[in-house]
Amino acid sequence: MAFCDFKLHKPESVTEACRLGREFGRTCAYMSGGTELLVDLRSGRKKVAHVIALGGLKELREIRRDGDTLHIGAQATLSEIAEAPLVHEVFPALAEAIVTMAGVQIRNLATMGGNFSCGVPCSDTPPITCAAGGSIVVAGPDGEREVAARDFVLAPRTTVLNPGDIVTAIRIPVQPTTSGASFQRFTMRRGSALAVASVSAWLNVEQGVITAARVVMGAVGPIPLFAENCAASVVGQAPGDSVFADAGALAAAEAQPISDLRGSEQYRRDVVAVLARRALACAAARAEGRTS
Amino acid sequence: MKLTLSLNGHSTELVAAPGARLLDVLRDAGCTSVKRGCETGDCGACCVLLDGEPVNSCVVPAAFAADAIVTTLEGLNDDPLMRRLQDCFLEAGAVQCGYCTPGLLLVAWQRLREGGELTEYDVRHAMSGNLCRCTGYAKPVRAVLDAWEAMP
Ligand SMILES: Cc1cc2nc3c(=O)[nH]c(=O)nc-3n(C[C@H](O)[C@H](O)[C@H](O)COP(=O)(O)OP(=O)(O)OC[C@H]3O[C@@H](n4cnc5c(N)ncnc54)[C@H](O)[C@@H]3O)c2cc1C
Ligand code: FES
Ligand code: FES
Repeated sequence: MAFCDFKLHKPESVTEACRLGREFGRTCAYMSGGTELLVDLRSGRKKVAHVIALGGLKELREIRRDGDTLHIGAQATLSEIAEAPLVHEVFPALAEAIVTMAGVQIRNLATMGGNFSCGVPCSDTPPITCAAGGSIVVAGPDGEREVAARDFVLAPRTTVLNPGDIVTAIRIPVQPTTSGASFQRFTMRRGSALAVASVSAWLNVEQGVITAARVVMGAVGPIPLFAENCAASVVGQAPGDSVFADAGALAAAEAQPISDLRGSEQYRRDVVAVLARRALACAAARAEGRTS
Repeated sequence: MKLTLSLNGHSTELVAAPGARLLDVLRDAGCTSVKRGCETGDCGACCVLLDGEPVNSCVVPAAFAADAIVTTLEGLNDDPLMRRLQDCFLEAGAVQCGYCTPGLLLVAWQRLREGGELTEYDVRHAMSGNLCRCTGYAKPVRAVLDAWEAMP
């Protein structure tokens, strides 16, 4: 029983994948794990005549260290990333974010390339990657380019990708030992649920003073949202409960949530205030080596 | 489209319509432990082991399983660990309608084989991609812990 009719292509090189994508344009879709695409094809949200499967591009599955960057191939599965010792060494908050996503059967298929490319506001890996100062490597018919993670998603389900562009890797700078990060997420139940809101925080703390901060909110705006006022408010301060509580209130004001079945606008703001406070406190504790 | 794969230990050739999912071809091949539930990847009723890892077969195009090793619950009929797990499910009263059971068993079996410490939280986390409308989860979780405690 066919649930939708498409022709499956299995390119053997990145160049061929890009060429096919440009040739078929809007009538095709790339597929990595398929956990988003197959659901969209079945529901009719997406209709395509061609599916270009990227799973055969084994060279895009590698997780390695490239000098001072952690290189995560776009085809590595979420399970592979969450279990990779290198990820735990360089940026454990990413693994922390990933194990909250879906269930094991989906994490065994789904990729970070797919999580970024679908550009969905509740995607969980873009905010934490933004907080890490990461970037996305894109291969296209005219060559390769690197885009800052914060510039990748333009609007809900819209990214910088043009026809024929594929994500080949996610790159995360090796973090200074004086920094720490945390991913905090609230869902309606513990297991397999989409985020009501999430907050990713990254801090650098030197001699008891916060010298740099990034706070990124997920699922409470059209794209991963930087809480600029929140982050600015903690710089120059010593980590502390009241500093982080005040910062949480600023994040809540900066969120742009919508009301939907997972929560009302006001509820989401209230949740953001708490998550931001927790994420900052946890990131600070990690930066100061008080906790792992 | 013809598809060759190792299904439950046997090299098998299946015919798949273009765009068919692994779920569809496995059920057509008689593996009815693979349940058609939500068909959106959420419930885990269609879970199978693809190259040894649990995946939801409703979000896997059949063509993806070419040359892969696929194991459904049918393929673990004689496996001692699966037998023990099934016995524990029965003894704990962890099966009501049974629709979710094959998926729960596969995920639990895989988790037990990974070894290591196993707390109630670990079991709940491992099974969080499997929905059960009947049992309220307490008994399946108990059954998996019982099976773990009985492991040599
Ligand atoms: C039950 C369930 C639970 C889920 N829970 C979560 C969750 O908790 N958090 C979360 O963030 N997401 C969740 N998702 C959504 C989804 O699993 C993730 O977004 C996943 O990371 C998508 O990756 P994929 O490889 O499966 O993408 P695919 O489905 O293969 O692709 C997704 C989109 O990206 C495009 N694409 C894929 N790869 C590339 C590439 N390399 N270059 C260019 N375009 C590409 C495709 O054309 C498609 O439009 C869930 C999905 C299901 C079914
Ligand atoms: S039928 Fe596949 S996950 Fe529900
Ligand atoms: S026993 Fe009925 S769904 Fe689990």
